[in-house]
Amino acid sequence: MRFPLSWLREYVDLPAVTAHEVAEKLTSAGLKLESIEFVGEGIKNVVVGEVLSIEELTGFKKPIRYCSVEVGEAAPRWVICGATNFAVGDRVPVALPGAVLPGGFEVGSRKTYGHVSDGMICSARELGIGEDHSGILILPAGTHLGADVVELLGLRDDVIELEITPDRGYALSIRGIAREVATAFGVPWRDPADVEPPSFTEEAHPASIADPSACDRFVLRTVSGFDPSAETPMWMQVRLARAGMRPVSLAVDVTNYLMIELGQPLHAFDRAKLSGPVVVRRAERGETLETLDHVVRKLHPEDILITDSSGAISMAGTMGGLETEISGETTDLVIEAAHFSATGTARMSRRHNLVSEASRRFERGVDRELPLYASWRAVQLLVAFGGGTAGAGVTHAGVDVEPATITIPADHPDRVAGVAYGRDTVVHRLEQVGCTVVSQGGGQADAEAASPVPADVLEAPSRPDPAEVLTVTPPSWRPDLTDPNDLAEEVIRLEGYERLPSVLPAAPAGAGLTEAQRLRRRVGRALAAAGYAETLAYPFVGVRDLDNLQLPAGDARRRAMRLANPISEDEPLMRTTLLPGLLKTLVRNVGRGFGDLALFESGLVYRPEPDAPAKAPVLGVDRRPTEEELATIAAALPRQPLRVAVVLAGEHDRSGWWGAGRPATWADAVEAARVVAREAGVEATVRADRHEPWHPGRCAALYVGETLLGHAGELHPRAVEAYGLPARTCAMELELTVLEAALPGPVQVEPVSTYPVATQDVALVVPAEVPVADVEAALREGAGSLLESIRLFDVYTGSQVGEGRKSLAYTLRFRAADRTLIVEETTAARDAAVALAAERTGAHLRGA
Amino acid sequence: MSNTYDPVEVTPLHADEVARMEAEAVAAIEAAADLDALKQVRLAHSGDRSPIALANREIGALPPAARAEAGKRIGGARKAIGEALAARQAVLTSERDEHVLVEETVDVTLPWDRRPRGARHPLTTLQERIADAFVAMGYEVAEGPELEGEWFNFDALNIAPDHPARSEHDTFFVGSVDSGMVLRTQTSPVQIRALLSRDLPVYVISPGKVFRTDELDATHTPVFHQVEGLAIDEGLTMAHLKGTLDRFAEVMFGKGIGTRFRPNYFPFTEPSAEMDLRCFVCRGASAVPGNPACRTCKSEGWIEWGGCGMVNPRVLVACGVDPARYSGFAFGMGVERTLMFRNNAEDMRDMVEGDVRFTLPFGMEA
Repeated sequence: MRFPLSWLREYVDLPAVTAHEVAEKLTSAGLKLESIEFVGEGIKNVVVGEVLSIEELTGFKKPIRYCSVEVGEAAPRWVICGATNFAVGDRVPVALPGAVLPGGFEVGSRKTYGHVSDGMICSARELGIGEDHSGILILPAGTHLGADVVELLGLRDDVIELEITPDRGYALSIRGIAREVATAFGVPWRDPADVEPPSFTEEAHPASIADPSACDRFVLRTVSGFDPSAETPMWMQVRLARAGMRPVSLAVDVTNYLMIELGQPLHAFDRAKLSGPVVVRRAERGETLETLDHVVRKLHPEDILITDSSGAISMAGTMGGLETEISGETTDLVIEAAHFSATGTARMSRRHNLVSEASRRFERGVDRELPLYASWRAVQLLVAFGGGTAGAGVTHAGVDVEPATITIPADHPDRVAGVAYGRDTVVHRLEQVGCTVVSQGGGQADAEAASPVPADVLEAPSRPDPAEVLTVTPPSWRPDLTDPNDLAEEVIRLEGYERLPSVLPAAPAGAGLTEAQRLRRRVGRALAAAGYAETLAYPFVGVRDLDNLQLPAGDARRRAMRLANPISEDEPLMRTTLLPGLLKTLVRNVGRGFGDLALFESGLVYRPEPDAPAKAPVLGVDRRPTEEELATIAAALPRQPLRVAVVLAGEHDRSGWWGAGRPATWADAVEAARVVAREAGVEATVRADRHEPWHPGRCAALYVGETLLGHAGELHPRAVEAYGLPARTCAMELELTVLEAALPGPVQVEPVSTYPVATQDVALVVPAEVPVADVEAALREGAGSLLESIRLFDVYTGSQVGEGRKSLAYTLRFRAADRTLIVEETTAARDAAVALAAERTGAHLRGA
Repeated sequence: MSNTYDPVEVTPLHADEVARMEAEAVAAIEAAADLDALKQVRLAHSGDRSPIALANREIGALPPAARAEAGKRIGGARKAIGEALAARQAVLTSERDEHVLVEETVDVTLPWDRRPRGARHPLTTLQERIADAFVAMGYEVAEGPELEGEWFNFDALNIAPDHPARSEHDTFFVGSVDSGMVLRTQTSPVQIRALLSRDLPVYVISPGKVFRTDELDATHTPVFHQVEGLAIDEGLTMAHLKGTLDRFAEVMFGKGIGTRFRPNYFPFTEPSAEMDLRCFVCRGASAVPGNPACRTCKSEGWIEWGGCGMVNPRVLVACGVDPARYSGFAFGMGVERTLMFRNNAEDMRDMVEGDVRFTLPFGMEA
């Protein structure tokens, strides 16, 4: 909402305060300052002149005029002008040499187009009152020669722009803001809607409401004999321009002017183009209307229309139709002022993606008592500036609406705020808002003023009689006031939010973070400590990503939730794996010159069940839904497990002055998975697997027990190629939700043995395809309880062990809790370990 | 040990033999060039297997009358050797300190970044920091899905289908626009889930990802993060809300940071407020005409931090909580926004693009 301060001052007896002070008060009252523009500041030496002669200069690329202008000085001024919309005898604004225009632009006497131009004739834009630069601003004929244009047009002003929240529709008007400002400064104000229309018995134009749910008040008035060439007075044009509206024609400008001043959208029809009675109704199937913006709109059966016997003539409260638009020949006008359904206009505006100044106001709630008064003011202004006569009749169709009342205990605002305002303050503030307050039980509404209570007393003796109940009828311009807390807010905000004390509540002792929440933090820290940088990619992917990952047709990760309105049509799906985002981030970093990368992300993936219902019901809100009802929503939502993934490329150990580095390999990816699992206190078991997008020979599946955690390894060269990744990029992805479920609980310690360790080395030869993990598992199991640790220190393949075989060298450390082991014991344990490995994996001792 | 007494056979105990051993030892000690050599010499001439130690063992083979003298002789020699060792040790040690350590000097300014450390994303750690501030006040961290039922995201929060607020949420719809499923536009649906699943009183904080259909630019991103708080108890007032957020501001930005409430509108709270934070850089000084400008608050003196208010009783009803008995407050703030003014991160794109140059400097905590 944008308006010049002078407009507000017309209705509020504001003291000598700055625009900033006004805006600060409004901000405190909930109408937040967006900006203040000091317009016309510094403009000087612009006067009213009359064009005496015009000489058209030729030989230039555009028409140039050399004019003499009478400005009330001893002699006329001679000026050059590039505009052609004025004639001899017109009164125009003339910037004399030494004049300053908006933006500090100084006008001087200068030679141009072969003549000395002794000043400048100005357009509206040059004077800072709008965007019109199509020609010179022509002033009304009677304007006093030599008068100061700044004063004449009110050019110097402060334009305030406020951000109005959706509940405060009334504040989209000078009327609403004036009330707030008057309350804030404690000064009187005049209501611009306070006019007394004469009572008529006749209808202005036949009209009726066919659907009371669409419109509960519909008023028409007429003006006849209107002069379509009449001009909008300059002051009105300037105000409209300051409010951000383009002056159009007198009839349109008057409706816009009153919409801003009163908050009531108005529409003017050309009476000659109306046929038959006007009816407000919903659209019929297949109906269309060409609106003022020259768009033919297909109407929806719920759209609210103004119609006549020819069909639709206007989309109610949104935009008028082209057919009945007033034109340069219109002499008879029909003025419409109505109260349309807020939800009806909201839906229509959304359906047609058509937001107008009118629809913004109707959607937020317009005063249903305004139409009679706003339409009368329109008639008055049209008659005053456009001639013609007011029609001797008014059409007033309406549905009686019982004003809603709200009943609150008189101390309700006190209990919401934690401040003892006292009953009288509550009543006074509600009345300032415009409410009617009736008191029942307890004291009287006009009881003697209670002594003031300090604001910061929380548990003050309840000033209002607890039995006292206030029955509050909100004013017609506040349809947002429906609940007790709405009234509490009005009292609290007008008393000032700054008066609220600051009291820390005693929350009950909490249990801290859950084990799962602690695990997520540990995982993040462990990966960061291991060299990975966290990224937060968007969870949007495209089918192309799934193709790039080489996912086969039936892969469950191809079953993804699709957005109805994605940011990019290329990425309409919700991710089922974290890898696409990470891989694209990796590519971006490589593109920016970073080749050695280790990235991780932790986030949700969205995994719809194949048989999930396509819709989640939208339940009622008048009670808690039943568990069954909640289950119907849950059934439609996809599973959303938390995952963690890493990608890495380039050198994992950097090369440097110390020598060569080490490239990131499949093993680093698997180790990243182990790092994560270890944070959960779980030793993940690894099995070879084939799973896209990993390299079929370099893909590890990680398990907790028999539950799959995820995969790690080197990516498939096809995936690398599809994403343009560095060769041999590696990746890991685990489901943290699975790991959270596997958390083993507190670590259980073994007593630390102080007896000496006994070490045995074994070298085993196994077929090359036997997984090391199987050999180690067999050794562990076979070695029994004396085994303290086992470590693979060498893997050898070559002629000494024969084709298709590998030699694995292990160190086994044995220790007992209660004694020093003798050689025979450790040898027996070692032999048992080897025997089980032999049985399970075909291993034999090297050299044996 | 020998049982026969034959002094002639015990040559090592002869005086000149002992003297020779001593002389040899001392000569070797003197000849030791460095500490390692001296260690070898010590082993050879004073260790368990050294001639002098072996000679010492033979004392028992002497007739008792001869033992004292032999013992004295050997003892003297060992003492001399010991002294020579100690002396040489001292010389060589100081020599090492003076020369060898100097020769071994390296350039300790050489880098050793063989395995650079990574970093956590500041948006993650900032969410944790905010959550921790409330966990310390007794709150618990509540969670909910990101792909959410429309009922949770709008209706239960008193945002009716035609509510003007609903159109302003620029919602991503999942499937079709009437599927009843959306990407949550705020963390507020977690309030509903908390009220439906927890016993009263409820004090929860819920950080998380939220979605709106904005294009990415310097100040907008379709995917961002919020932290939402909810307290429902008996007798909670707006004064408690103010006290809680004042405390929170203090934890995040230090003691004495001011806050300001001004009226605002949210469907799920009534009364509603916007919380402004006193600019922690200029402390409001820049708003006074004539003072230097402040980049952080754009010389407004205040930073818009988040929305809050008393939970609308309609929300309580939809969750089966009796508004006649319980009241409470809710608040929420943008994590990206907080990072912007707290850590001087000016461009939203840096937060989402995953460029390691942005993330790495944050280390483990923002």
